[in-house]
Amino acid sequence: MITIKNVNKWYGKLQVLKDINVTVDKSEVVVIIGSSGSGKSTLLRCVNFLERPQKGRIHIDGKQIDPKGKNIHLIRQEVGMVFQHFNLFPHMTVLSNVIEGLTQVKKVSRAEAEEEGMALLEKVGLSDKATTYPAVISGGQKQRVAIARALAMHPKIMLFDEPTSALDPELVGGVLQVMKDLARDGMTMMVVTHEMGFAKEVADRVIYMDEGAIVEEGTPEEIFDNPKNERTQEFLGQIL
Amino acid sequence: MPWDLSLILEYFPRFYSFALLTLQLTVMGILVGLILGLIFALLRISKFQGFSLPAKAYIWFVRGTPLLLQLWLIYYGLADIINIPRGPAAILALGIHNGAYIAEIFRGAILSIDRGQREAALSLGMTSWQAMKRIILPQAFKRSIPPLGNQFIIALKDTSLASTIGATELMMRTRQIGSSNFIMFELLMVAAIYYLIMTSILTFAVGKLEARLSISDHRV
Ligand SMILES: Nc1ncnc2c1ncn2[C@@H]1O[C@H](COP(=O)(O)OP(=O)(O)OP(=O)(O)O)[C@@H](O)[C@H]1O
Ligand SMILES: [Mg+2]
Repeated sequence: MITIKNVNKWYGKLQVLKDINVTVDKSEVVVIIGSSGSGKSTLLRCVNFLERPQKGRIHIDGKQIDPKGKNIHLIRQEVGMVFQHFNLFPHMTVLSNVIEGLTQVKKVSRAEAEEEGMALLEKVGLSDKATTYPAVISGGQKQRVAIARALAMHPKIMLFDEPTSALDPELVGGVLQVMKDLARDGMTMMVVTHEMGFAKEVADRVIYMDEGAIVEEGTPEEIFDNPKNERTQEFLGQIL
Repeated sequence: MPWDLSLILEYFPRFYSFALLTLQLTVMGILVGLILGLIFALLRISKFQGFSLPAKAYIWFVRGTPLLLQLWLIYYGLADIINIPRGPAAILALGIHNGAYIAEIFRGAILSIDRGQREAALSLGMTSWQAMKRIILPQAFKRSIPPLGNQFIIALKDTSLASTIGATELMMRTRQIGSSNFIMFELLMVAAIYYLIMTSILTFAVGKLEARLSISDHRV
């Protein structure tokens, strides 16, 4: 489904991604862990072409994508992204946020889009918030709206960049539940998170990144219970 | 007392139509300014120097020279090429002048919008232009309202300079009628009252609008 091949990325002299190779199969859930500054966000942003690697290729469904291409916005429709700080559109109602992509990008009629938008809000448990503005709902609710907004485009893969780390602890569960439901329904996902419980329960594969490189990857059991690399052990020792 | 204050009351109603001329000039100058301001703000933030450099030059020129000079440049400069009436020349000059300041207001507001907004829009598959039009600009306009209100008040008062190229407005009429009847002070007071009424209404309206729009304005 997604193949990341030899991706290298520099910010000026600083190399933030070093020869990254990842393949994500259909319906697979890959969790990326690693300390701050290790390049996790940058990697996800490359998959969504918000950043351009200087070297390497990214294939979606076997097709190599040119990040400079004129139709890059069409490719982005197929890759949903959920951000740490939600990035909801504050000047639109919750429902308008969810259907913005449908009406503006997919040119679906407003009535049809609203019907689908309501169904998605139902799915994330927020149909009663449709006509309110993002400013007046909780962080957890905002993030669930953001997930619904991304899902509205029917992406082939969903990217999550620390979706719960800006939330109060009591709001984390609701968001994780929505993500678990998605995984169970067969969504292909790449998730950067510090929620080890989620990783153990949902991930098919866990990738540990350090200083821009993939240090170790394997099943949750392999990584969490039996880490082979010293740096992985050290990192897990700090957070568990 | 050297002044006859009853003249203020006497002339007040007659000056109403002159104040309207000033208001008209203001509105036209602001409208031209808003259009130029939006265009040049977008050009100015472009990464392409072919767009950003001319915009920079325009703003640099307008901010670095007196409005009086700009009015005369347009009026006398254009008069060399085409026959342009005083009114439209004044509107054009005021519009160009306001446009540079409004461009800076819009630019600041656009740049103040969290970059996550643009990224979220792009991640939905929007083009850069769609993200600007649908997501960034509506929020930026809202943030522009307080400084725009300020600029509108300056623009209103600046129309008085248009009298120097012979455009009819409040100051021009005040001077004409005042000097031919030898009652300058009283008529200047009448003009002052009209200017105060107009600037106060503008201040009030902008404040109201700001309050109404700030309801949903929180970081999300
Ligand atoms: N736009 C940028 N310009 C320069 N350096 C950047 C930029 N964005 C990120 N970096 C640097 O790249 C490195 C990787 O950043 P990245 O955000 O990918 O890390 P991360 O693993 O997501 O960290 P965190 O857990 O804190 O989110 C960091 O050293 C960061 O300072
Ligand atoms: Mg990050």
